[in-house]
Amino acid sequence: MRRSSIRVGVVFIEGTNCEDESVAFFRHLGAQAERVHLKQLTGDVPAELRRDLDDYDLLMIPGGFAAGDYVRAGTIFAARLRSKLSKDLIAFVRSGKPVFGVCNGFQVLVEAGLLPALGATMTAAPEAVLATNDSGHYECRPSLLKLENGGSCVFTRGMKPGRVVTFISAHAEGKFLLPQNREKKMLKELVDNDQVVFRFVDDRGRYAGYPWNPSGTTYNIAAICNREGNVFGVQPHPERCFFRHLEPSWTRESGGDSQYGDGKALFESSLQYLEKRF
Amino acid sequence: MVRVRVEVHLRKGVTDPEGDNVQKALTLLGFKGIGGVHSAKLFLIDLATKDTKVARKEAEEMCRRLLANPVIHEYSIAVEK
Repeated sequence: MRRSSIRVGVVFIEGTNCEDESVAFFRHLGAQAERVHLKQLTGDVPAELRRDLDDYDLLMIPGGFAAGDYVRAGTIFAARLRSKLSKDLIAFVRSGKPVFGVCNGFQVLVEAGLLPALGATMTAAPEAVLATNDSGHYECRPSLLKLENGGSCVFTRGMKPGRVVTFISAHAEGKFLLPQNREKKMLKELVDNDQVVFRFVDDRGRYAGYPWNPSGTTYNIAAICNREGNVFGVQPHPERCFFRHLEPSWTRESGGDSQYGDGKALFESSLQYLEKRF
Repeated sequence: MVRVRVEVHLRKGVTDPEGDNVQKALTLLGFKGIGGVHSAKLFLIDLATKDTKVARKEAEEMCRRLLANPVIHEYSIAVEK
């Protein structure tokens, strides 16, 4: 399909706060994009505002504090998705269309059972959690992430495995945890399936602890995808490094792309995937 | 009407930074002999049924679908009259 025909839906509810820039960046790359309130998808709006998941080729759930992080981050959003859109979401994912969860969006996808999705496309109960950081507080810092994915993830296909990128961590609940009694087994499954996409590293590329790993997340996991690679969740914000001038060190470092930061590659990769596949 | 007390707490072994930090702060404030502080969430849910068995079953379902993430949480349910 043509880039200009690609339709991106950036879904938000009360408390989401990263939707505007996410829309802007997809538009900047030549796709159509709009922010869409969940109520527009569930029919709780006047007819002219109504939308369907079928209206979109790519769904994004951006960052923020949806529903105030009440109960657990992402839970209320996930519950609302499950209650009215389960069937449509499963069909969307199975069709191969990309789903992009950033920060709060990653939390929503995990609570909704769409990631890591080992047991089903959308598991009835969450298989994992993004729990409170070990430090007990919100961590806000530039993070270094190493690309582990070998090519299954549609959001990183254009990038070379082993590459280290800068994305911005800004979260209080980013510690990826698997059930204690199945942690080893599930982690091995994720690695074997090529579902681990990014891991936190230090400035020498080592899988270091705090603060390089801001939360104590298992196996330094910063981002995962589903088995098919079209559902992707990343804890730090790639959109906060979309342009070169958004990266914290841009005035101190020279060389490299003068216009774009590391985050752009994720947006670009997903659009290229859609161009080729549909 | 029946009130259900649902307490959601962390499984053993899961870090509890809120509990740890509360303990730290209490110690700094001068409280002595604190063996541990564990955070938990309490939901008080009023249900239209008068049947305690039904209320308990409903609350279990609520925990399963929203209130508790089985990866890190355990829960206890008490039905008040």
